[in-house]
Amino acid sequence: MTSVWRISTCLLLLWASLPLFAAVSFPPLTGRVVDQAGLLDSGTAQQLEQQLQAHEAATGNQLVVVTLKDLQGLAIEDYGYQLGRAWGIGQKGKDNGALLIVVPGLRKVRIEVGYGLEGELTDALSANIIQAVILPQFRDSNFAQGITEGVDAIIQAMGGQYSYRSPQNQSNELPPWWVIFFLPLIFLRRFGMGGFYGHHGGHYGGSRRGGGFGGGGGGFGGGGASGGW
Amino acid sequence: MTTLITARWELRPLFPRSLLVLLFTLPWLSGCGVNNIPTYDEQAKAAWAQVENQYQRRADLVPNLVATVKGYATHEQETLIAVTEARAKVGSIQAGKDLLDNPQKLQQFQAAQSELGSALQRLMVVVERYPDLKANQNFLALQSQLEGTENRISVARRDFIQAVNQYNREIRTFPGRIWHWILYSDMPLRETYEATNQNAEQAPKVDFND
Repeated sequence: MTSVWRISTCLLLLWASLPLFAAVSFPPLTGRVVDQAGLLDSGTAQQLEQQLQAHEAATGNQLVVVTLKDLQGLAIEDYGYQLGRAWGIGQKGKDNGALLIVVPGLRKVRIEVGYGLEGELTDALSANIIQAVILPQFRDSNFAQGITEGVDAIIQAMGGQYSYRSPQNQSNELPPWWVIFFLPLIFLRRFGMGGFYGHHGGHYGGSRRGGGFGGGGGGFGGGGASGGW
Repeated sequence: MTTLITARWELRPLFPRSLLVLLFTLPWLSGCGVNNIPTYDEQAKAAWAQVENQYQRRADLVPNLVATVKGYATHEQETLIAVTEARAKVGSIQAGKDLLDNPQKLQQFQAAQSELGSALQRLMVVVERYPDLKANQNFLALQSQLEGTENRISVARRDFIQAVNQYNREIRTFPGRIWHWILYSDMPLRETYEATNQNAEQAPKVDFND
């Protein structure tokens, strides 16, 4: 008798909690780069993965790159913060997570910023990164390039080192571009090698700390910016 | 003297037993959801605070935005005045804890906020006619801040609705209903957010004739 009660109570509770979660389904968080739309070759994806891991190790900020095939009928703004919450990107309490979401099928891109990073990665900076760094590349279908440069810019912005760029005269600003592009590469190489020699490297998806990447329960409140091309 | 001793003898076994009972029942009680209603109520209040917070953020953007647009869009006095007036109206309603418990005031607050929202929307449409303004770095920054803030407002509002729904569901459904009846009969069901625009559910009309 008691077990019948218990089961029915459980069913009731389950039923009550269903409508909250059944609305949207999200792809599994397989790593720091979730390339559902297949925009990145494996080399670039792995480089990004290492860069993002190094960045998290240095600052604690979690940045995840997501490419998606569709948004299940939602606006990218609605989808983005829910994805961030579902994955729990960022550390709990600090909410220092961010997502770079690219949906090539809908020609949409968004930088979704967790509560804790809204001070550094402001809406205005996010919009500028999208307009001046990412979209010019995307318009030429250079998705991998746009994503890599976008990630570099986001990381700079999170460290307070990104300054506004004008979307028009980007070709005149060659010197800073060189610096911007190569500095992270140097870092990347250093961290990448460290990872290579330190552990059985480059192997993600296992149960180790680096492989079993997961969010820390960060919160998102809709900060960031979106763009389309 | 003897009475005192017997009193002690009676008290001593009583004390640990009641404590034990209390110790055993407490986790059982909290597992049963005795704290759910007040917890969800606090969550709803916190979610509301976030809504107010984001509205404030939008209101804080307005003076700067108006000042920037004014320099370029000289023929849009009317729109700018509408925004400034709506902003003043929003500022005149004191936000705070009692707002959530006062449906009439809450409605006023929401009406004022939605007025500011639509005034800002009109301004952003009008601004499209001024290419110089649209190339202004300061304006672009403000525009993206406004977009981000509008988005935050809608997220905060959705969170609030969800928190209120959870709270109301707890009061209406089985285990919570009993706790509400026993302990929390002074905590009423909360109102969720009404769609702010009077005709928000209507699709906008597209007229190709003009």
